[in-house]
Amino acid sequence: MKRITTILLCIAVGLAVLGVPAAVGAVTGKLEIVHWWTAGGEGEALDAIAALFESLYPEVELIGASVAGGAGTVAKGVLQTRILAGNPPDSFQVHAGMEVRGHILAGVLEPITDLLDPAVFPKAVLDLCGYEGEVYCVPINVHRPNTLWVNKEIVDELGIAIPTLSDFDVFVAACEKAKAAGYVPLALGEAWTVNHLFGSVLLGALGPDGYRGLWDGSVPFTDPGVTLALERMKTLVGYANVDHAALSWDAAAQMLVDGKAVFNIMGDWAEGYFKAKGWEPGVDFVWASAPGTRGSFILCIDAFGVPKDAANKEAARAWVKTIASIEAQDIFNPVKGSVPSRSGADKSLYDVYLIWSMNDFATSELVPSLAHGGVLEALAGDIGDIINIFVTKPDVAGAQGSLNRAAIDAGL
Amino acid sequence: MIKERTKEKLISIGLVSPTVLAIGIFVYGFIGWTIKLSFSDWNTFAKLLKGKFKFVGLSNYIKLLFQDPRFPSDLWNTLFFTILFLLGCVTLGIILALLLDRGLKGSIIFQNIYLFPMAVAFVVTGTAWRWIFAPGISAYPQGINLLFSKLGLDALRWRWFVSIEHIGPFNLALIPVVIAATWQLSGYTMAMCLAGLRGIPSQLIEAAQVDGASGWQVFWGVKFPLLRPIILSAMIILGHISLKIFDLVFSMTGSGPNLAVDVPALYMFETTFERLRYARGAAIAIIMLIMVSFIIIPYLISSMKREAKK
Amino acid sequence: MNTSPRANKITLYIVMVVFALFFLLPLYVLFATALKSFSEVSASRMWNLPTIISGEGFAKALEKLLPNLLNSFYLVIPATAFSAILGSLNGYIFSKWKFKGSDIIFPIILFGMFIPYQSILPPLVRFLMSIKLYNSIPGLILTHTVYGLPITTLIFRTYYTEVPTEVVEAASIDGAGILGTYWRVLFPISLPGFVVVIIWQFTNIWNEFLFAIVITSSPAKQPITVALVNLAGSQIVEWNAQMAGALLAALPPVLIYILLGRYFLRGLLAGSVKG
Repeated sequence: MKRITTILLCIAVGLAVLGVPAAVGAVTGKLEIVHWWTAGGEGEALDAIAALFESLYPEVELIGASVAGGAGTVAKGVLQTRILAGNPPDSFQVHAGMEVRGHILAGVLEPITDLLDPAVFPKAVLDLCGYEGEVYCVPINVHRPNTLWVNKEIVDELGIAIPTLSDFDVFVAACEKAKAAGYVPLALGEAWTVNHLFGSVLLGALGPDGYRGLWDGSVPFTDPGVTLALERMKTLVGYANVDHAALSWDAAAQMLVDGKAVFNIMGDWAEGYFKAKGWEPGVDFVWASAPGTRGSFILCIDAFGVPKDAANKEAARAWVKTIASIEAQDIFNPVKGSVPSRSGADKSLYDVYLIWSMNDFATSELVPSLAHGGVLEALAGDIGDIINIFVTKPDVAGAQGSLNRAAIDAGL
Repeated sequence: MIKERTKEKLISIGLVSPTVLAIGIFVYGFIGWTIKLSFSDWNTFAKLLKGKFKFVGLSNYIKLLFQDPRFPSDLWNTLFFTILFLLGCVTLGIILALLLDRGLKGSIIFQNIYLFPMAVAFVVTGTAWRWIFAPGISAYPQGINLLFSKLGLDALRWRWFVSIEHIGPFNLALIPVVIAATWQLSGYTMAMCLAGLRGIPSQLIEAAQVDGASGWQVFWGVKFPLLRPIILSAMIILGHISLKIFDLVFSMTGSGPNLAVDVPALYMFETTFERLRYARGAAIAIIMLIMVSFIIIPYLISSMKREAKK
Repeated sequence: MNTSPRANKITLYIVMVVFALFFLLPLYVLFATALKSFSEVSASRMWNLPTIISGEGFAKALEKLLPNLLNSFYLVIPATAFSAILGSLNGYIFSKWKFKGSDIIFPIILFGMFIPYQSILPPLVRFLMSIKLYNSIPGLILTHTVYGLPITTLIFRTYYTEVPTEVVEAASIDGAGILGTYWRVLFPISLPGFVVVIIWQFTNIWNEFLFAIVITSSPAKQPITVALVNLAGSQIVEWNAQMAGALLAALPPVLIYILLGRYFLRGLLAGSVKG
């Protein structure tokens, strides 16, 4: 027994001394990564993972080119023009789903299936990261967009029961109560957050299968579920703050912190915001699945791929390999406020909300995101426009017709 | 001598030819390319990368004009924005010019204050105006609403650029954007009118005054008719600016609340550079070009004719 | 009239002051917010003056925007110089050495200053990519030089039209060629024309946004206007730094305006194609 241990130890040391550094030593040069993580916690999370990478590959000079601006829309434009110019960065941030599919179909990315272990990633996640059996990008984290955030003090004061809030009708009744008490029931923000809300509402109205079907064309937008979603959207917007179009998502979340509003439906990056404002999870704020979406988990996945034209492909492969490891994901995600895209996380590193999300991720139906690159981008953009107009002129039939035309226009 | 002339002619043509060539390519060549693009199917990233044109006729234009949820309202917004903006700039410009034309002590300081916004970038002023017109919610007013409420003018509180009220196709949310644009550019009409007023021979005005005309009558009877051509050309310059307005809206409101302040330039930018529908974006750009041409080409022709007469 | 001239005067001053307040309002908001510390910035106190003047906003804005401020200078100075020099030569030819067709070519060039630039953007982007100038300051310099030519040509043409043709003819009879005449006779008296054009181009290129945001995609290459907007685009906005940044971005053109306002005005009036 002792002998075996010694042998194993020798092998391990040998690997560490000879094998790994030898392989690592081969990777040198500059590695340019384009991402859109600029704000507080996001920047720190990336710095942490960059530090890990640099300790593994000390010969590589990591250059992070961050591009600020609403959920990466600016960064994406920048990136696409660079790709068109034949000058892509060595690796870049991309949302898993149709967004990365666009790059795959355009022949921008190369397969990296050999760099990750398919057993530790959920199939639904790998499906969003790849195409026809090959994987083209490594998911670094998972955010949950369909989360309802609740100001605990106010719901306690109003006597609203939290566990059933994910039921749409219960939620509407709670909104009514909050409104009567003089609060803004639902804090809402600018255009993209309205589209984000619509994603949750569609999922709630159609269920996970119907919702998925919308994006591959198997369920048409003329489906009665879409009618129901639009009706529900109309109801919800009626409970929102009238100045929503002037507010960024964090300003909307701030309405909860300020005690002006009771609920907010936002991705779980809002949790990081609440904590930064000194709120404690479970004490000052609580959460639930967005109304109607219990049992489903919308996937907002940030991933990194390797372009075929990357200047330093070796370093880029080393980078995506690093972020696929659980060590890297456990460094990154507790700071970012998201959960690992794979199994094997050390739960002691995560806070009470993230553990909830992790468990939910493991057990729920996983579906793509409307507002975060999960579905065809041009279609998501058009839906954003249509919903934005619908908020002003709640013509259900008209909006549904427009949605259907947009889907056909997008080739579904 | 004749040889000399030919040589001179060649030199002069040679001197302007770089410019002619540059404008030929960068303006007319590129416009031609954009027109071609607008008839193509380059509406996805993959097709763009492949770089092959497929002609689809007018389908981009038809989609925009007849099936698009956004573009028709952009055109309405442009129409109302232009009308209000021109009205604002002309009225305010004339009033300011008349005030300054009195030649009171210190006028030059006021003139500089009225004109300074013209030196400032739209994206700078857009930032400030966004902050001013953000309305807050009724219990917690912000910006100008807060100011009104402090001054006891609560009746004036309004939702400004997040308003969803509309009179027919006219979105009231445009009003704050019009105010910001008028603030920025009314100095232009003021400067034009002031130059015009100073060019009016004083005998004309004195003669009218001797005839017993009131200040008002002097304005309408003498000054205004003389200013009219100046105001018209100011309106053309400002009108074409308003048709292509982008920076201010982009930085102040974005396409904003429920697309109530969306304009073609903004939609073109998003369509082309964010959604990568180059062909659709090109069609928007060409529609904008046609609108601008309608007011600029006659203006250029008449300017040149007037010059030729001189 | 029954009002005394004095009362009349006071009324006029009051009216002018009210308008001045309207024109200064955004400036007040910019300064009041820029000079507050981050902890004091809030929507409910936006009209209050800062309790303590804080340099925090300016320090942060300068830290983040200084490279972009420099980019703007690298862009504006050459682009202004090139378009002014070419414009001067063009203006000279189009006013003093008209050739057959020059009266047709001139308005055709002039049209280039009125077009919505959206209508040339997609090919422009691809063209700059093909000559490897996309996402670079030189690419922006080229763009601004070319699209600045119509207005600089126009201003110089108007300016030189007022120079008596006899002066030019006299010089050319003395044997000076076209360029010699330009160099000896016109260039020395062109200073006011150059000042007008330089101010006009400097202000316009400095303040320009559409070309800048489309052509320079990396933050390190962007001029100040784009960097300023991106500052607001980040997720949590530090309003004091934002407003301070806006003031920094506005400073160079406003300084020029204050120092050389008279010429600024002339550029403004020249822009309107007077016949």
